[in-house]
Amino acid sequence: MRGRALLAVAVALVVLAVALTRLSANQYYYFAAYVIFQYVVLATAWNILGGYTGYVNFGSAGFFALGAYTAAILIKAFPVPFPVLLLAAGTVGGLLGLSLGYLTLRLRGVFFSIATLALAVVLQTLIVNWEYAGGSRGIYTMRPATVLFFDNYVEFLFVVMLILALGALATARWIEHSRLGRGLAAIRDNEEAAECMGVPTLRLKLVAATVSGALMGIAGAPFPYYVTYMEPASTFNLDYAVNSLAMPMIGGATTWVGPLLGAVLLGTAQQIATVTISSALNLLIVGVVLVAFVILAPDGIIGLVRRRRGGRHA
Amino acid sequence: MEAGYGAVRVLHGVSIEIHEGETVVLLGTNGNGKSTLMKCIMGIVRPDAGEIVLETDGRRTNLVGRSPEEIVNLGIALVPEGRRLFPVLTVEENLRLGAYRRAARPDLERNLAFCFEAFPVLRERQRQLAGSMSGGEQQMLAVARALMSNPRILLIDEPSVGLAPILVSRVIAKIRELKEIYQLTVLMAEQNFNQATKIADRGYIIVHGQIEFEGHSTRELTEHALVKKYYLGV
Repeated sequence: MRGRALLAVAVALVVLAVALTRLSANQYYYFAAYVIFQYVVLATAWNILGGYTGYVNFGSAGFFALGAYTAAILIKAFPVPFPVLLLAAGTVGGLLGLSLGYLTLRLRGVFFSIATLALAVVLQTLIVNWEYAGGSRGIYTMRPATVLFFDNYVEFLFVVMLILALGALATARWIEHSRLGRGLAAIRDNEEAAECMGVPTLRLKLVAATVSGALMGIAGAPFPYYVTYMEPASTFNLDYAVNSLAMPMIGGATTWVGPLLGAVLLGTAQQIATVTISSALNLLIVGVVLVAFVILAPDGIIGLVRRRRGGRHA
Repeated sequence: MEAGYGAVRVLHGVSIEIHEGETVVLLGTNGNGKSTLMKCIMGIVRPDAGEIVLETDGRRTNLVGRSPEEIVNLGIALVPEGRRLFPVLTVEENLRLGAYRRAARPDLERNLAFCFEAFPVLRERQRQLAGSMSGGEQQMLAVARALMSNPRILLIDEPSVGLAPILVSRVIAKIRELKEIYQLTVLMAEQNFNQATKIADRGYIIVHGQIEFEGHSTRELTEHALVKKYYLGV
Protein backbone atom coordinates (compact mmCIF):
# COMPACT_ATOMS: atom_id res chain seq x y z
CA MET A 1 0.00 0.00 0.00
CA ARG A 2 2.84 2.36 0.83
CA GLY A 3 4.35 1.47 -2.51
CA ARG A 4 1.15 2.44 -4.28
CA ALA A 5 0.99 5.75 -2.41
CA LEU A 6 4.55 6.52 -3.47
CA LEU A 7 3.71 5.63 -7.06
CA ALA A 8 0.81 8.10 -6.92
CA VAL A 9 3.15 10.79 -5.59
CA ALA A 10 5.60 10.05 -8.40
CA VAL A 11 2.92 10.31 -11.09
CA ALA A 12 1.60 13.51 -9.50
CA LEU A 13 5.11 14.97 -9.57
CA VAL A 14 5.54 14.24 -13.27
CA VAL A 15 2.13 15.76 -14.07
CA LEU A 16 2.99 18.78 -11.97
CA ALA A 17 6.35 19.14 -13.73
CA VAL A 18 4.70 19.00 -17.15
CA ALA A 19 2.13 21.54 -16.00
CA LEU A 20 4.93 23.81 -14.76
CA THR A 21 6.50 23.84 -18.20
CA ARG A 22 3.22 25.39 -19.46
CA LEU A 23 3.95 28.47 -17.37
CA SER A 24 6.34 30.76 -19.10
CA ALA A 25 8.66 30.92 -16.16
CA ASN A 26 12.29 31.91 -16.20
CA GLN A 27 14.26 29.17 -18.03
CA TYR A 28 16.82 29.21 -15.26
CA TYR A 29 14.51 27.29 -12.93
CA TYR A 30 14.35 24.34 -15.32
CA PHE A 31 18.12 24.43 -15.68
CA ALA A 32 18.63 24.43 -11.93
CA ALA A 33 16.01 21.75 -11.26
CA TYR A 34 17.60 19.55 -13.93
CA VAL A 35 20.91 19.64 -12.07
CA ILE A 36 19.24 18.73 -8.79
CA PHE A 37 17.35 15.80 -10.36
CA GLN A 38 20.58 14.67 -11.98
CA TYR A 39 22.16 14.57 -8.56
CA VAL A 40 19.22 12.57 -7.22
CA VAL A 41 20.02 9.93 -9.86
CA LEU A 42 23.76 10.01 -9.20
CA ALA A 43 23.43 9.94 -5.42
CA THR A 44 20.88 7.12 -5.55
CA ALA A 45 23.06 5.15 -7.95
CA TRP A 46 26.13 5.66 -5.79
CA ASN A 47 24.21 4.55 -2.75
CA ILE A 48 23.33 1.14 -4.21
CA LEU A 49 27.01 0.18 -4.18
CA GLY A 50 28.33 2.59 -1.55
CA GLY A 51 25.50 2.71 0.96
CA TYR A 52 23.83 -0.69 0.65
CA THR A 53 26.91 -2.77 -0.09
CA GLY A 54 29.62 -0.71 1.60
CA TYR A 55 31.93 -0.30 -1.40
CA VAL A 56 32.80 3.40 -1.67
CA ASN A 57 33.08 4.51 -5.28
CA PHE A 58 35.12 7.64 -5.92
CA GLY A 59 34.77 7.32 -9.66
CA SER A 60 31.16 8.46 -10.12
CA ALA A 61 32.36 11.28 -12.39
CA GLY A 62 33.85 8.66 -14.70
CA PHE A 63 30.57 6.76 -14.97
CA PHE A 64 28.59 9.95 -15.48
CA ALA A 65 30.99 11.26 -18.12
CA LEU A 66 31.09 7.89 -19.85
CA GLY A 67 27.30 8.04 -20.19
CA ALA A 68 27.48 11.62 -21.44
CA TYR A 69 30.21 10.84 -23.99
CA THR A 70 28.43 7.70 -25.16
CA ALA A 71 25.42 9.86 -25.93
CA ALA A 72 27.46 12.66 -27.51
CA ILE A 73 29.35 10.27 -29.78
CA LEU A 74 26.15 8.49 -30.80
CA ILE A 75 24.50 11.80 -31.62
CA LYS A 76 27.51 12.80 -33.69
CA ALA A 77 27.58 9.46 -35.55
CA PHE A 78 23.89 8.76 -36.23
CA PRO A 79 20.61 10.58 -35.84
CA VAL A 80 19.45 8.42 -32.91
CA PRO A 81 16.18 8.87 -31.05
CA PHE A 82 16.42 10.04 -27.47
CA PRO A 83 15.48 6.75 -25.69
CA VAL A 84 18.31 4.98 -27.51
CA LEU A 85 20.75 7.40 -25.90
CA LEU A 86 19.50 6.43 -22.45
CA LEU A 87 19.71 2.76 -23.29
CA ALA A 88 23.21 2.99 -24.75
CA ALA A 89 24.57 5.11 -21.89
CA GLY A 90 22.98 2.75 -19.39
CA THR A 91 24.49 -0.29 -21.09
CA VAL A 92 27.98 1.18 -21.25
CA GLY A 93 27.74 2.39 -17.65
CA GLY A 94 26.45 -1.01 -16.57
CA LEU A 95 29.32 -2.83 -18.29
CA LEU A 96 31.84 -0.54 -16.63
CA GLY A 97 30.05 -1.19 -13.34
CA LEU A 98 30.27 -4.93 -13.92
CA SER A 99 34.03 -4.72 -14.39
CA LEU A 100 34.22 -2.59 -11.27
CA GLY A 101 32.30 -5.36 -9.53
CA TYR A 102 35.04 -7.82 -10.39
CA LEU A 103 37.53 -5.49 -8.72
CA THR A 104 35.79 -6.19 -5.42
CA LEU A 105 37.14 -9.73 -5.67
CA ARG A 106 40.58 -8.50 -4.75
CA LEU A 107 40.13 -5.01 -3.38
CA ARG A 108 38.23 -3.91 -0.33
CA GLY A 109 37.84 -0.76 1.71
CA VAL A 110 40.08 2.14 0.86
CA PHE A 111 41.97 0.16 -1.80
CA PHE A 112 38.79 -0.36 -3.76
CA SER A 113 38.07 3.37 -3.52
CA ILE A 114 41.51 4.29 -4.83
CA ALA A 115 41.02 1.94 -7.77
CA THR A 116 37.70 3.60 -8.67
CA LEU A 117 39.37 7.01 -8.61
CA ALA A 118 42.05 5.67 -10.93
CA LEU A 119 39.36 4.24 -13.21
CA ALA A 120 37.88 7.72 -13.69
CA VAL A 121 41.30 9.20 -14.45
CA VAL A 122 42.01 6.49 -17.03
CA LEU A 123 38.68 7.13 -18.73
CA GLN A 124 39.32 10.86 -18.84
CA THR A 125 42.74 10.29 -20.39
CA LEU A 126 41.15 8.07 -23.04
CA ILE A 127 38.61 10.74 -23.96
CA VAL A 128 41.23 13.52 -23.99
CA ASN A 129 43.21 11.51 -26.52
CA TRP A 130 40.28 10.47 -28.69
CA GLU A 131 39.98 12.84 -31.61
CA TYR A 132 36.49 11.76 -32.70
CA ALA A 133 35.13 12.50 -29.21
CA GLY A 134 36.56 16.00 -29.42
CA GLY A 135 39.69 15.34 -27.41
CA SER A 136 40.49 18.04 -24.91
CA ARG A 137 38.92 20.69 -27.18
CA GLY A 138 35.52 19.27 -26.42
CA ILE A 139 32.51 18.25 -28.45
CA TYR A 140 29.49 20.27 -29.61
CA THR A 141 26.04 18.75 -29.68
CA MET A 142 23.17 20.36 -31.57
CA ARG A 143 19.79 20.09 -29.88
CA PRO A 144 16.99 18.98 -32.15
CA ALA A 145 15.14 22.06 -33.42
CA THR A 146 11.79 20.90 -32.16
CA VAL A 147 10.64 18.43 -29.58
CA LEU A 148 7.24 16.84 -29.32
CA PHE A 149 4.81 18.41 -26.88
CA PHE A 150 7.27 20.83 -25.24
CA ASP A 151 7.92 24.45 -26.16
CA ASN A 152 11.64 24.13 -25.82
CA TYR A 153 14.30 21.53 -25.21
CA VAL A 154 15.29 22.50 -21.68
CA GLU A 155 11.74 21.95 -20.47
CA PHE A 156 11.79 18.54 -22.09
CA LEU A 157 15.09 17.63 -20.43
CA PHE A 158 13.75 18.87 -17.10
CA VAL A 159 10.83 16.43 -17.27
CA VAL A 160 13.06 13.60 -18.56
CA MET A 161 15.48 14.01 -15.68
CA LEU A 162 12.62 14.06 -13.18
CA ILE A 163 11.38 10.76 -14.57
CA LEU A 164 14.89 9.31 -14.44
CA ALA A 165 15.25 10.43 -10.82
CA LEU A 166 11.95 8.79 -9.90
CA GLY A 167 13.01 5.64 -11.76
CA ALA A 168 16.32 5.52 -9.89
CA LEU A 169 14.55 5.97 -6.55
CA ALA A 170 12.07 3.21 -7.40
CA THR A 171 14.96 0.88 -8.32
CA ALA A 172 16.79 1.66 -5.08
CA ARG A 173 13.65 1.18 -3.01
CA TRP A 174 12.93 -2.11 -4.69
CA ILE A 175 16.48 -3.38 -4.09
CA GLU A 176 16.34 -2.27 -0.47
CA HIS A 177 13.23 -4.30 0.26
CA SER A 178 14.23 -7.36 -1.73
CA ARG A 179 16.31 -10.38 -0.82
CA LEU A 180 19.05 -8.77 -2.86
CA GLY A 181 19.01 -5.79 -0.51
CA ARG A 182 19.22 -8.02 2.54
CA GLY A 183 22.18 -9.83 1.03
CA LEU A 184 23.89 -6.52 0.25
CA ALA A 185 23.33 -5.35 3.83
CA ALA A 186 24.99 -8.56 5.03
CA ILE A 187 27.99 -7.88 2.78
CA ARG A 188 28.24 -4.33 4.09
CA ASP A 189 28.08 -5.46 7.69
CA ASN A 190 30.40 -8.48 7.53
CA GLU A 191 31.35 -9.86 4.16
CA GLU A 192 33.10 -12.92 5.56
CA ALA A 193 30.09 -13.87 7.64
CA ALA A 194 27.82 -13.33 4.66
CA GLU A 195 29.91 -15.79 2.72
CA CYS A 196 29.72 -18.34 5.54
CA MET A 197 25.93 -18.03 5.51
CA GLY A 198 25.83 -18.96 1.86
CA VAL A 199 25.09 -15.48 0.56
CA PRO A 200 26.47 -15.47 -3.00
CA THR A 201 28.59 -12.42 -2.26
CA LEU A 202 30.33 -12.02 -5.60
CA ARG A 203 27.12 -12.33 -7.60
CA LEU A 204 25.33 -9.77 -5.42
CA LYS A 205 28.24 -7.34 -5.60
CA LEU A 206 28.30 -7.67 -9.39
CA VAL A 207 24.58 -6.93 -9.56
CA ALA A 208 24.93 -3.91 -7.27
CA ALA A 209 27.92 -2.52 -9.18
CA THR A 210 26.19 -3.04 -12.54
CA VAL A 211 22.94 -1.39 -11.49
CA SER A 212 24.83 1.48 -9.89
CA GLY A 213 27.01 1.99 -12.98
CA ALA A 214 24.07 1.78 -15.36
CA LEU A 215 22.10 4.42 -13.45
CA MET A 216 25.11 6.75 -13.40
CA GLY A 217 25.57 6.27 -17.13
CA ILE A 218 21.89 7.03 -17.73
CA ALA A 219 22.22 10.18 -15.62
CA GLY A 220 24.87 11.37 -18.06
CA ALA A 221 22.95 10.54 -21.25
CA PRO A 222 20.93 13.79 -21.57
CA PHE A 223 23.98 15.87 -20.60
CA PRO A 224 25.25 16.66 -24.15
CA TYR A 225 21.86 18.15 -25.02
CA TYR A 226 21.74 19.97 -21.71
CA VAL A 227 25.09 21.76 -22.05
CA THR A 228 25.43 21.52 -25.88
CA TYR A 229 29.18 21.77 -25.43
CA MET A 230 31.18 19.29 -23.35
CA GLU A 231 34.87 18.99 -22.67
CA PRO A 232 36.61 16.34 -20.53
CA ALA A 233 37.76 18.56 -17.65
CA SER A 234 34.26 19.69 -16.73
CA THR A 235 32.47 16.46 -17.60
CA PHE A 236 34.82 14.38 -15.45
CA ASN A 237 34.70 17.07 -12.79
CA LEU A 238 35.41 16.15 -9.22
CA ASP A 239 32.08 17.82 -8.32
CA TYR A 240 30.20 14.78 -9.57
CA ALA A 241 32.32 12.29 -7.67
CA VAL A 242 32.23 14.26 -4.43
CA ASN A 243 28.56 15.17 -4.61
CA SER A 244 27.30 11.69 -5.44
CA LEU A 245 29.18 10.40 -2.41
CA ALA A 246 28.46 13.29 -0.02
CA MET A 247 24.73 13.50 -0.73
CA PRO A 248 23.87 9.95 0.42
CA MET A 249 26.16 10.29 3.41
CA ILE A 250 24.48 13.52 4.47
CA GLY A 251 21.00 12.17 3.85
CA GLY A 252 21.64 8.71 5.31
CA ALA A 253 23.19 5.91 3.32
CA THR A 254 21.18 2.87 4.35
CA THR A 255 17.85 3.87 2.82
CA TRP A 256 16.65 5.20 -0.52
CA VAL A 257 15.29 8.35 1.16
CA GLY A 258 18.79 9.42 2.25
CA PRO A 259 20.29 10.19 -1.17
CA LEU A 260 17.04 11.93 -2.15
CA LEU A 261 17.18 14.21 0.90
CA GLY A 262 20.89 14.84 0.51
CA ALA A 263 20.65 15.60 -3.20
CA VAL A 264 17.69 17.95 -2.84
CA LEU A 265 19.13 19.84 0.13
CA LEU A 266 22.73 20.04 -1.01
CA GLY A 267 21.82 20.46 -4.68
CA THR A 268 19.50 23.35 -3.88
CA ALA A 269 22.05 24.98 -1.60
CA GLN A 270 24.62 24.76 -4.37
CA GLN A 271 22.29 26.25 -6.96
CA ILE A 272 21.44 29.14 -4.64
CA ALA A 273 25.10 29.70 -3.85
CA THR A 274 25.97 29.67 -7.55
CA VAL A 275 23.54 32.51 -8.22
CA THR A 276 24.04 34.56 -5.09
CA ILE A 277 27.72 34.10 -4.30
CA SER A 278 29.84 32.10 -6.71
CA SER A 279 29.90 28.65 -8.26
CA ALA A 280 33.40 28.21 -6.88
CA LEU A 281 31.84 27.78 -3.46
CA ASN A 282 29.96 24.62 -4.35
CA LEU A 283 32.57 22.12 -3.29
CA LEU A 284 33.38 24.14 -0.20
CA ILE A 285 29.75 23.90 0.89
CA VAL A 286 29.79 20.14 0.37
CA GLY A 287 33.05 19.80 2.24
CA VAL A 288 31.94 21.77 5.27
CA VAL A 289 28.55 20.07 5.47
CA LEU A 290 30.09 16.63 5.03
CA VAL A 291 32.66 17.21 7.78
CA ALA A 292 29.92 18.47 10.08
CA PHE A 293 27.79 15.42 9.38
CA VAL A 294 30.59 12.91 9.77
CA ILE A 295 31.31 14.37 13.23
CA LEU A 296 27.81 15.13 14.45
CA ALA A 297 25.54 12.73 12.59
CA PRO A 298 27.49 9.87 11.03
CA ASP A 299 24.25 8.18 9.97
CA GLY A 300 22.99 11.25 8.12
CA ILE A 301 19.67 13.00 8.45
CA ILE A 302 17.80 9.70 8.45
CA GLY A 303 20.01 8.51 11.30
CA LEU A 304 19.23 11.66 13.28
CA VAL A 305 15.51 11.24 12.78
CA ARG A 306 15.67 7.58 13.81
CA ARG A 307 17.69 8.35 16.88
CA ARG A 308 15.19 11.00 17.91
CA ARG A 309 12.34 8.56 17.47
CA GLY A 310 14.29 5.99 19.44
CA GLY A 311 15.16 2.55 18.15
CA ARG A 312 15.40 1.42 14.60
CA HIS A 313 13.06 0.82 11.74
CA ALA A 314 10.82 -2.19 11.95
CA MET B 1 43.66 -33.04 3.14
CA GLU B 2 46.30 -30.36 2.97
CA ALA B 3 45.71 -26.62 3.08
CA GLY B 4 47.27 -23.28 3.87
CA TYR B 5 47.35 -19.59 3.13
CA GLY B 6 49.83 -18.55 0.47
CA ALA B 7 53.21 -19.92 1.44
CA VAL B 8 52.12 -20.89 4.93
CA ARG B 9 51.13 -24.53 5.28
CA VAL B 10 48.53 -25.08 7.97
CA LEU B 11 47.15 -28.56 7.45
CA HIS B 12 49.58 -31.37 6.61
CA GLY B 13 47.59 -34.40 5.63
CA VAL B 14 44.65 -34.30 7.98
CA SER B 15 42.10 -37.05 7.68
CA ILE B 16 38.94 -37.22 9.74
CA GLU B 17 35.63 -38.99 9.44
CA ILE B 18 32.27 -38.12 10.92
CA HIS B 19 29.26 -40.39 10.82
CA GLU B 20 25.67 -39.38 10.67
CA GLY B 21 24.24 -38.35 14.01
CA GLU B 22 27.57 -38.14 15.77
CA THR B 23 29.02 -35.29 17.74
CA VAL B 24 32.72 -35.19 17.03
CA VAL B 25 35.05 -32.79 18.72
CA LEU B 26 38.24 -31.44 17.22
CA LEU B 27 40.56 -30.56 20.07
CA GLY B 28 43.56 -28.35 19.75
CA THR B 29 45.03 -25.16 21.07
CA ASN B 30 45.29 -21.95 19.04
CA GLY B 31 47.02 -22.08 15.69
CA ASN B 32 46.87 -25.80 15.07
CA GLY B 33 44.51 -25.65 12.12
CA LYS B 34 41.04 -26.20 13.58
CA SER B 35 39.51 -23.15 11.95
CA THR B 36 41.29 -23.77 8.67
CA LEU B 37 39.82 -27.24 8.56
CA MET B 38 36.34 -25.79 9.15
CA LYS B 39 36.88 -23.18 6.45
CA CYS B 40 37.99 -25.86 4.01
CA ILE B 41 34.79 -27.82 4.60
CA MET B 42 32.73 -24.66 4.01
CA GLY B 43 34.58 -23.85 0.79
CA ILE B 44 36.01 -20.61 2.16
CA VAL B 45 39.57 -21.90 1.98
CA ARG B 46 40.45 -24.15 -0.92
CA PRO B 47 42.54 -27.16 0.06
CA ASP B 48 45.77 -27.72 -1.87
CA ALA B 49 45.35 -31.45 -1.95
CA GLY B 50 42.95 -34.12 -0.85
CA GLU B 51 39.21 -34.28 -0.85
CA ILE B 52 36.24 -33.59 1.38
CA VAL B 53 33.45 -36.02 0.73
CA LEU B 54 29.86 -35.76 1.78
CA GLU B 55 28.00 -39.04 1.60
CA THR B 56 24.22 -38.87 1.57
CA ASP B 57 22.00 -41.85 0.77
CA GLY B 58 24.96 -43.62 -0.80
CA ARG B 59 25.77 -40.67 -3.07
CA ARG B 60 29.25 -39.23 -2.73
CA THR B 61 29.77 -35.52 -3.32
CA ASN B 62 33.21 -33.99 -3.35
CA LEU B 63 33.04 -30.58 -1.69
CA VAL B 64 36.43 -29.36 -2.88
CA GLY B 65 36.03 -26.62 -5.47
CA ARG B 66 32.46 -25.82 -4.51
CA SER B 67 31.45 -22.34 -3.38
CA PRO B 68 30.27 -21.72 0.19
CA GLU B 69 26.78 -21.12 -1.10
CA GLU B 70 26.68 -24.56 -2.77
CA ILE B 71 27.95 -26.15 0.40
CA VAL B 72 25.31 -24.40 2.50
CA ASN B 73 22.82 -25.70 -0.05
CA LEU B 74 24.04 -29.24 0.61
CA GLY B 75 22.93 -28.82 4.21
CA ILE B 76 26.14 -27.84 5.98
CA ALA B 77 26.20 -24.78 8.20
CA LEU B 78 29.03 -23.11 10.07
CA VAL B 79 28.96 -21.20 13.33
CA PRO B 80 32.15 -19.26 12.72
CA GLU B 81 34.82 -18.58 15.29
CA GLY B 82 34.25 -15.28 17.05
CA ARG B 83 30.60 -15.53 15.97
CA ARG B 84 30.89 -13.22 12.95
CA LEU B 85 27.45 -11.72 13.37
CA PHE B 86 26.09 -8.81 11.38
CA PRO B 87 26.52 -6.30 14.21
CA VAL B 88 24.51 -3.38 12.88
CA LEU B 89 21.64 -5.51 11.68
CA THR B 90 18.92 -6.56 14.09
CA VAL B 91 18.67 -10.01 15.65
CA GLU B 92 15.81 -10.85 13.34
CA GLU B 93 17.69 -9.65 10.26
CA ASN B 94 20.65 -11.79 11.30
CA LEU B 95 18.41 -14.83 11.56
CA ARG B 96 16.74 -14.17 8.23
CA LEU B 97 20.17 -13.96 6.59
CA GLY B 98 20.89 -17.42 7.96
CA ALA B 99 18.11 -18.67 5.68
CA TYR B 100 19.49 -17.06 2.54
CA ARG B 101 19.86 -20.35 0.71
CA ARG B 102 17.03 -21.28 -1.58
CA ALA B 103 16.01 -24.53 0.05
CA ALA B 104 15.66 -22.86 3.45
CA ARG B 105 13.31 -20.14 2.30
CA PRO B 106 9.99 -22.01 2.34
CA ASP B 107 10.60 -22.96 5.99
CA LEU B 108 11.87 -19.54 6.99
CA GLU B 109 8.96 -18.47 9.19
CA ARG B 110 8.70 -21.88 10.84
CA ASN B 111 12.43 -21.97 11.55
CA LEU B 112 12.29 -18.45 12.89
CA ALA B 113 9.56 -19.53 15.30
CA PHE B 114 11.67 -22.57 16.32
CA CYS B 115 14.67 -20.36 16.95
CA PHE B 116 12.67 -17.99 19.10
CA GLU B 117 11.32 -20.95 21.02
CA ALA B 118 14.74 -22.47 21.55
CA PHE B 119 16.29 -19.12 22.44
CA PRO B 120 13.61 -17.03 24.16
CA VAL B 121 16.14 -14.27 24.70
CA LEU B 122 16.39 -13.79 20.95
CA ARG B 123 12.65 -13.26 20.68
CA GLU B 124 12.85 -10.55 23.34
CA ARG B 125 15.67 -8.90 21.47
CA GLN B 126 14.59 -9.44 17.90
CA ARG B 127 14.56 -5.71 17.12
CA GLN B 128 17.84 -5.03 18.89
CA LEU B 129 21.12 -4.69 17.00
CA ALA B 130 23.10 -7.92 17.21
CA GLY B 131 26.29 -6.09 18.14
CA SER B 132 24.70 -4.60 21.23
CA MET B 133 24.03 -7.94 22.92
CA SER B 134 26.22 -9.71 25.46
CA GLY B 135 28.77 -12.29 24.35
CA GLY B 136 26.64 -15.24 25.45
CA GLU B 137 23.59 -13.93 23.64
CA GLN B 138 25.66 -13.30 20.56
CA GLN B 139 26.92 -16.88 20.59
CA MET B 140 23.33 -18.11 20.92
CA LEU B 141 22.40 -15.93 17.97
CA ALA B 142 25.30 -17.31 15.92
CA VAL B 143 24.11 -20.86 16.58
CA ALA B 144 20.49 -19.94 15.86
CA ARG B 145 21.49 -18.20 12.64
CA ALA B 146 23.31 -21.31 11.44
CA LEU B 147 20.21 -23.41 12.20
CA MET B 148 18.07 -21.11 10.06
CA SER B 149 19.56 -22.70 6.96
CA ASN B 150 18.02 -26.06 7.91
CA PRO B 151 21.35 -27.86 8.07
CA ARG B 152 21.94 -31.56 8.61
CA ILE B 153 25.55 -31.01 9.51
CA LEU B 154 26.53 -28.27 11.88
CA LEU B 155 30.12 -27.09 12.17
CA ILE B 156 30.81 -25.10 15.31
CA ASP B 157 34.09 -23.29 15.59
CA GLU B 158 35.12 -22.57 19.19
CA PRO B 159 31.80 -21.66 20.76
CA SER B 160 33.52 -20.97 24.08
CA VAL B 161 35.72 -18.13 22.84
CA GLY B 162 35.37 -15.02 24.97
CA LEU B 163 32.61 -16.38 27.17
CA ALA B 164 32.44 -16.64 30.94
CA PRO B 165 32.63 -20.29 32.17
CA ILE B 166 28.98 -20.34 33.21
CA LEU B 167 27.95 -19.17 29.74
CA VAL B 168 30.16 -21.79 28.09
CA SER B 169 28.28 -24.55 29.90
CA ARG B 170 25.01 -23.00 28.88
CA VAL B 171 26.00 -22.76 25.22
CA ILE B 172 27.31 -26.33 25.22
CA ALA B 173 24.12 -27.61 26.85
CA LYS B 174 22.09 -25.74 24.25
CA ILE B 175 24.07 -27.29 21.43
CA ARG B 176 23.40 -30.76 22.83
CA GLU B 177 19.70 -29.99 23.13
CA LEU B 178 19.46 -28.65 19.58
CA LYS B 179 21.39 -31.60 18.21
CA GLU B 180 18.73 -33.92 19.64
CA ILE B 181 15.81 -31.82 18.36
CA TYR B 182 17.15 -31.32 14.86
CA GLN B 183 18.94 -34.69 14.63
CA LEU B 184 22.11 -32.97 13.59
CA THR B 185 25.56 -34.25 12.91
CA VAL B 186 27.97 -31.98 14.73
CA LEU B 187 31.65 -31.24 14.29
CA MET B 188 32.86 -28.91 17.00
CA ALA B 189 36.30 -27.36 17.25
CA GLU B 190 37.24 -26.51 20.80
CA GLN B 191 40.13 -25.89 23.08
CA ASN B 192 37.99 -26.08 26.18
CA PHE B 193 38.50 -29.79 26.74
CA ASN B 194 36.23 -30.27 29.75
CA GLN B 195 33.24 -28.61 28.14
CA ALA B 196 33.71 -30.19 24.72
CA THR B 197 33.93 -33.74 26.03
CA LYS B 198 30.62 -33.26 27.85
CA ILE B 199 28.73 -33.59 24.59
CA ALA B 200 31.18 -35.33 22.29
CA ASP B 201 30.79 -38.96 21.25
CA ARG B 202 34.43 -39.09 20.23
CA GLY B 203 37.13 -36.78 19.00
CA TYR B 204 40.41 -35.95 17.40
CA ILE B 205 43.38 -34.04 18.73
CA ILE B 206 44.99 -31.82 16.17
CA VAL B 207 48.54 -30.55 16.70
CA HIS B 208 50.46 -28.46 14.16
CA GLY B 209 48.10 -29.36 11.36
CA GLN B 210 48.18 -33.10 11.93
CA ILE B 211 45.85 -35.46 13.71
CA GLU B 212 47.91 -36.60 16.71
CA PHE B 213 45.35 -38.80 18.27
CA GLU B 214 41.97 -40.25 17.51
CA GLY B 215 39.84 -41.00 20.55
CA HIS B 216 37.00 -43.41 19.90
CA SER B 217 35.29 -42.34 23.08
CA THR B 218 35.54 -39.45 25.48
CA ARG B 219 37.24 -41.82 27.93
CA GLU B 220 39.98 -42.56 25.48
CA LEU B 221 40.44 -38.86 24.94
CA THR B 222 40.60 -38.10 28.64
CA GLU B 223 43.18 -40.79 29.22
CA HIS B 224 45.42 -39.75 26.40
CA ALA B 225 48.83 -38.40 27.35
CA LEU B 226 48.50 -35.30 25.16
CA VAL B 227 45.29 -34.34 26.83
CA LYS B 228 46.81 -34.83 30.22
CA LYS B 229 49.71 -32.66 29.20
CA TYR B 230 47.85 -29.85 27.47
CA TYR B 231 44.52 -29.67 29.17
CA LEU B 232 44.64 -31.36 32.52
CA GLY B 233 48.13 -30.24 33.44
CA VAL B 234 49.14 -33.64 34.78
